[in-house]
Amino acid sequence: MLVPISWLKEYVDIDMPVAELAEMLTIAGLEVEGIEYTGIPGGNDKNRLVWDREKIIVGHILKVEQHPNADRLVLATVDYGGEENEVTVTGAPNLFQYVGQGDISHLKLYSPFAMEGAVLYDGHKEGQVKATLKGRPLRGIHNRCMLCSEKELGLSDEHEGIMIFTDEQTPGTPIQDILGDAVISIDIIPNIARCASIVGVAREVAALTGQTVRYPNYDVVMEGPPVEGKVVITTENPDLNPRFTGMIISGVEQKPSPQWMQRRLQLAGQRPINVVVDISNYVMLEMGEPNHTFDYDFLRGRADAYSSPDGPIHIITRLPHEGEQVTTLDGELRDMPPTTILVTDPAGALSIGGIMGGETSEISDTTTNVLLEAASWNFINIRRSMSLLKMNSEAGFRFSRGVHPSQAVLGAKRAAELMRQLAGGTVWQGLIDYYPNPPQPVTLQLTAAEVQRIGGISPSQVEIKQMLESLEFTVEDKGDHLLVTAPDHRLDIEFTNDLVEEVCRMYGYDKLPSTEMSDTLPPQRANTRLEQEERLKDSLVQLGLQEIITYRLTTPEREGKLLPPETGITPDDRPYVTLANPITVDRVAMRHSLLAAALEIAAANSRFQEYIALFEVGYIYLASEDGDLPDELGRLSLVMTGPRQQVSWQDNGEILALDFFDLKGVIEAMLADLHIAELTVEAASHPTFRPGRTAKLLLNGNQLGLMGELHPLVVEGFDIRTERPVLAAELDLDLLLSQIPDGFHIEPVSNYPAVHEDLALVVDKDVSAAELAEQIQRAGGFLLKNVALFDIYEGKQIAAGKKSLAYHLTFQSPGKTLTDKDVSKNRQRIITQLQRQLGAQLRE
Amino acid sequence: MLAQLDQLYADSLAQLNQAESTAELETWYKAALGRKGSVYLMTRQVGQLSAEERPAFGKRINAVKQELETAYEQRLAELRSAELDALMASSAIDVTLPGRKQWHGRLHPATQTLREIYRIWGDMGFQVYRSRDVETDEYNFELLNIPQDHPARDMWDTFHTTTPGVILRTHTSPGQIHAMHEYYPEPIRVILPGMCYRYEQVTARAELQFHQVEGLAVGKNITMADLKGTLTDFARRMFGAHRQVRFRANYFPFTEPSAEMDVECILCNGDGCNVCKYTGWVEILGCGMVHPTVLRNGGYDPDVYSGFAFGMGPERIAMLKYRIDDIRYFWGNDLRFLAQF
Repeated sequence: MLVPISWLKEYVDIDMPVAELAEMLTIAGLEVEGIEYTGIPGGNDKNRLVWDREKIIVGHILKVEQHPNADRLVLATVDYGGEENEVTVTGAPNLFQYVGQGDISHLKLYSPFAMEGAVLYDGHKEGQVKATLKGRPLRGIHNRCMLCSEKELGLSDEHEGIMIFTDEQTPGTPIQDILGDAVISIDIIPNIARCASIVGVAREVAALTGQTVRYPNYDVVMEGPPVEGKVVITTENPDLNPRFTGMIISGVEQKPSPQWMQRRLQLAGQRPINVVVDISNYVMLEMGEPNHTFDYDFLRGRADAYSSPDGPIHIITRLPHEGEQVTTLDGELRDMPPTTILVTDPAGALSIGGIMGGETSEISDTTTNVLLEAASWNFINIRRSMSLLKMNSEAGFRFSRGVHPSQAVLGAKRAAELMRQLAGGTVWQGLIDYYPNPPQPVTLQLTAAEVQRIGGISPSQVEIKQMLESLEFTVEDKGDHLLVTAPDHRLDIEFTNDLVEEVCRMYGYDKLPSTEMSDTLPPQRANTRLEQEERLKDSLVQLGLQEIITYRLTTPEREGKLLPPETGITPDDRPYVTLANPITVDRVAMRHSLLAAALEIAAANSRFQEYIALFEVGYIYLASEDGDLPDELGRLSLVMTGPRQQVSWQDNGEILALDFFDLKGVIEAMLADLHIAELTVEAASHPTFRPGRTAKLLLNGNQLGLMGELHPLVVEGFDIRTERPVLAAELDLDLLLSQIPDGFHIEPVSNYPAVHEDLALVVDKDVSAAELAEQIQRAGGFLLKNVALFDIYEGKQIAAGKKSLAYHLTFQSPGKTLTDKDVSKNRQRIITQLQRQLGAQLRE
Repeated sequence: MLAQLDQLYADSLAQLNQAESTAELETWYKAALGRKGSVYLMTRQVGQLSAEERPAFGKRINAVKQELETAYEQRLAELRSAELDALMASSAIDVTLPGRKQWHGRLHPATQTLREIYRIWGDMGFQVYRSRDVETDEYNFELLNIPQDHPARDMWDTFHTTTPGVILRTHTSPGQIHAMHEYYPEPIRVILPGMCYRYEQVTARAELQFHQVEGLAVGKNITMADLKGTLTDFARRMFGAHRQVRFRANYFPFTEPSAEMDVECILCNGDGCNVCKYTGWVEILGCGMVHPTVLRNGGYDPDVYSGFAFGMGPERIAMLKYRIDDIRYFWGNDLRFLAQF
């Protein structure tokens, strides 16, 4: 809502600087989003033109003569309030008509007049370029002043002629005092619909500054014939259209509206059109009731057909017939949704109620008689219609936020009277008013104790009464409570809390006390799940991985890249949670996988970075089979690729690439950090991963997820730019976290020396390392503290189909120093056991 | 014989002093004091002496041995020290050469900011309560006093799913209702973090998904003044002890009275700049006293209980703190961005 201060001042006094006013309104809930200054100082734009109070003033044009040396220039004699009149040269075409008329002071031509040294915008340059007025000869006549165009003042782009005031002015008056202005822009949030008008803002200013609003005059001089029997109104849905008011104004003269009205409309963001349309808009902006003008003769003509020349015009508001269409005044033919209420006559639709007029019934340049409509509409229904029709209008903006039916009559009267005064119309006697069920006013009880309980402030009952009365509430003091009745324009008042807010606003949000809660502290509970997630993140960060957070919206196609078509496997067919109204084609469904997004991030980063180690802790969304809401399941994704270490000036050898075992090491270390001991790893196959380099991870027999080296086709599909293996895993976060033990015990550290032994065993190739290690551990007994694989060999030195694995074994006792005999006994037991279990031979 | 011994002593000492390295010194030691060294050989000659001469010779040779040992130790210490100095001098490095780069993981800036928020609110007794991303219209709107087609719905551009009545939450406020249902009739202090979604074109200033942290306090004696005091404490800890805050009236359907908290602009310290649009203030959070309808929908009698709620955006806070000018950095996960946190 754009509010010109000059206009606001018509209803309330403003003695403070505009910036201070803006601050006051902002604190009170009318957020001022910007201030636009015209001609007067203020704001932060240092390049903006400020009209010099001494040098840019009103000039009265007394005489216009032809320039002796130029056809297209004239000499104007101007009274600017100084001792002597000034003769100035101008090329303004709108002065040529006065040449040779002698003294024209009786014509009251007043114009902005700039003196030598004044800074103005250059009228001959594109846009707004400042220039200082300098005295210079123009075709032989010295000129030091200038009559100004709107463009030169920065009011518009108009530079065809000089600006002429249509109202009488006093020569020498600073232009600042006439046209200088500031326009504040207020964000109309849903509960301040009442402020979508200048009067509405004036009410707030008045309440905040202890004034009373000077309301516009709603009296009308009615000199035409009675309206009785001329128009009959029927509202088929009074709940959607509670009130419909009409007035008739005849003999309006189509012409531009007065300059002051055009100026106000422009400042408030409306384009002036003609006096009738401008008055309609002006009244809406002034007091907040949108109104509509119909061509009376057009309606009459139709009534002659559907009724008789003596019969009344019938106005019916109703829901559309099936398939009904309306051409709105913007020329669009629109299909009417079934809930959109129309203003019609028996011959058809005239307008969309409360939103936009129809093309055919609209007033035109030839309209002389007007049917003025001021109605009231259900705000929920207007909002629904606007959203279904995808339409916006100033009227719809206001009606969809709520305008009380009581405003209809006021709006109609104000507009009718202005049409009489400014358009020469004759207002017919009486109002056509259909208002079957006026709503009850909202009355609430309020106590000072409730204001204290919610607001934390303790004004007395008398003070509360005064605060509410300043906002035009009607307040009765009932002794132990106040009985508060909301004024009509306060549709936002429903509960006592709403009144408490009003008291707080008047008290001043900036003056509310700040206290600490004195209420009981609730039982304190740990959020174990969150704490576990955060521990997991810390662990992975310590292991050198970067946390990422990706979009949870994706497309099935993007996730499908995890399963290259060449593999012939189709994705998980559990349905996606799909958007009905996606905003972009690449975010249409809630993800099924964290890995796909992580690989997209890896691909993007692979363009400029070789080492990539990422993880994400998050959720996937699987449509539920038995309910509307999907299952939201926790997942952990891991992606690693690149060199194992950073290139340094100290190295000259080749740096190895990260491989399967780097990722596996990260997972093992992460599990160790979380004190989860029971990891089982099995060879597996899955189309996302490279055959032979894929593993299934299990915790206590439950599948934790898959890890492996990415299938080369998947790397290609995601366009990850690397020659090195890409390692990835997607794990079940819920299972993982559920395996974290509540607590753990440490093992005492032995003070006795450890004995280290090496052992190389030859086994069949298909014996897994995990199996061998497990058997060694089992056979080694409690003295065997550690089994570490340090070498694997296959080749000429051993038999075909065999492999050799070499281990460092560490023996240690918690209670004594081990002897050679102790160790060799254990070592022999391992060899014997493994021979028996796996056919292992000691490698000599 | 004694003269011979004296000569040996003198010669050995002279040779000792000629040793220029620990290696030469060891050679000397072997030759002089070793098992077949000259002093040993001299000792063996004791047999050629008479019984009278022997004690004096024995005493003298022991003294020689002792003195040579001492001289050796001393010389050895000197040479070692010199050799160590020389070694260290010759192996000096250019300490300005770059250190070996380490792979380094970090938490995402959104997580870092969330943790900071958790910590501050945790200190004030507010615990983390999380709820689902995909919600019903009922929990996201209706129970929060936002009926169908109410103009307040304009405040949230919503992603609807193809299942009627199921949407992506536009705020974490549904968690307020869930928490109230779970904790009634206990007093409540919780914060509700989570990902939220808005039907919005992604630009430098707007994202279709973003984190939100809401807060809820419900009890029998909680006022607007408590809200102001508690949120001011939060702002001072989050943005600095001396930073000014201001509260202004605002509108949210689920709170009444409602307010917006602004913090003195972090960039210009209130002087006015582009970021604060020359107001000196930046919006940090919306807040208010829980609407009686919402309390009732949560099971709490609004005539007995009262409470406050608030909501803030961690990404927006991070943008202000770290001067991030484009919100798309957050989910873009460019490592050159993430590596700076």
